[in-house]
Amino acid sequence: MEKIELKTPIREKDVRGLRVGDVVYVTGTLLTARDAAHKRIVQYLQEGRKLPFTFNGLPLYHCGPLVKKTGNEWTVLAAGPTTSMRMEPYEGEVIQKLGVRLIIGKGGMGEKTSKAMKESGAVYGAFTGGAAVLASKYIKKVNGAQWLDLGMPEAIWSFEVESFGPLIICVDSYGNNFYAKVRADAENIKAKIV
Amino acid sequence: MTCLTTNAMIEEVAVNLLRQAVTKLPEDVKNALKNAYSNEKSQIGKTQLKAILENIEMAEKTNTPMCQDTGLISFYLEAGSKFKDLDKVEGALCKAVQRATKEIPLRPNAIDPLTQENTNDNTGRHIPYFHWKIAKGDFLRITVFPKGGGSENTCALQMMKPSDGLKSVKEFVIDSVIKAGGMPCPPTIIGVGVGGGANIAVELAKQALMKPLDEVNPNAKVAELEREIYRAVNKTGIGPMGLGGDTTTLAVKVEYAHRHPASYPVAVAFQCWAARKATAAIHARGEVEYLTHKS
Repeated sequence: MEKIELKTPIREKDVRGLRVGDVVYVTGTLLTARDAAHKRIVQYLQEGRKLPFTFNGLPLYHCGPLVKKTGNEWTVLAAGPTTSMRMEPYEGEVIQKLGVRLIIGKGGMGEKTSKAMKESGAVYGAFTGGAAVLASKYIKKVNGAQWLDLGMPEAIWSFEVESFGPLIICVDSYGNNFYAKVRADAENIKAKIV
Repeated sequence: MTCLTTNAMIEEVAVNLLRQAVTKLPEDVKNALKNAYSNEKSQIGKTQLKAILENIEMAEKTNTPMCQDTGLISFYLEAGSKFKDLDKVEGALCKAVQRATKEIPLRPNAIDPLTQENTNDNTGRHIPYFHWKIAKGDFLRITVFPKGGGSENTCALQMMKPSDGLKSVKEFVIDSVIKAGGMPCPPTIIGVGVGGGANIAVELAKQALMKPLDEVNPNAKVAELEREIYRAVNKTGIGPMGLGGDTTTLAVKVEYAHRHPASYPVAVAFQCWAARKATAAIHARGEVEYLTHKS
């Protein structure tokens, strides 16, 4: 597995060169978004409302971090990924309309997202679920948060990260989906084991 | 012992239990993960387990919650009938949850499903949830069980036909495991509940998640079923984080209750690798014994 460094802003050619199984590390600005934020983003896009941040070229991290505030400063204590599949209904549109080239999460994403990744040039990288303290070590700074009315887990957090990874590319921009392969293998073996 | 002393002590113990639970895994779970790492033949599986083990160590060293999802909180209480002021216990535990949220801290995880508002202190309607058992004596045993959302979302219940019976259990677990894939953060602990009724089967499956991993079921038939399901789940090859590998489950635990003639409920509960829980016993004379985490 080749070790690849990506710096933000991430361009299409950066991700078109990636394939399932590649391992990447990301440096730069990253934005978190999960259930409620995705729902609101899509709603804002439908209503033609301006979003209070730019996702273009930045990784989108499925994460509801545990953050501590001391005075005016935020510190991230734990920031592992949340289950990405919950964002499947919205992610294709986010990729197509907001210029996101890298989705980071755990557990994989589905057909609709994979199709959007193929069309627009984006990939999905998996970080180890629950390795939250480990993840926090790569977060050098909290730039801020938007939509805190949604609560700490659901707000959009902006982090500066350095060599955040290893992110295993599990869905690439050519329709390959590693989780789907693992599932298919398990289904094939099921008849023998039940 | 005055009322105030009891409440303050219960609150203090519960805050300690929450801190222990979220920052330090029980020894049996840690050992199971270490064994999984040693035995794992897939390179990708090994890297996932290595990250988990490194993370556990960092969390313990720094007293930081090992996972950002510090869970939705339940308490399992076993109270001696002679323990005083049992009606004050829930109040003290709610206060503990609020304090723990600020101090440890815990991620605020209690959301009103009607308004989507976060209470910001991990308490809410019926939350924390309390399970009570009354026993002989004058002690209060408190188990805190913060349960993450990822593994909760893959829990499943099916009302089987009685004529399908026991053989439907293994297939249902395998189907649930394949459907869940990497979403519950494998390697998971799997709890299976059979019989009772819909709610009872699910509750038995959830309670089964708290059993000591190395304990062999005293019922030989159940022990055999647990072994069979355990082997089958690990043969799926789903592996750590659903990225392929030898260890998909750390243990399978089955609980059962007698059933209605017309019903054969089967529930499958998942606990992620971050299998967090902590127990303490408070004795009437004021001694506190921490049972899961000795230090």
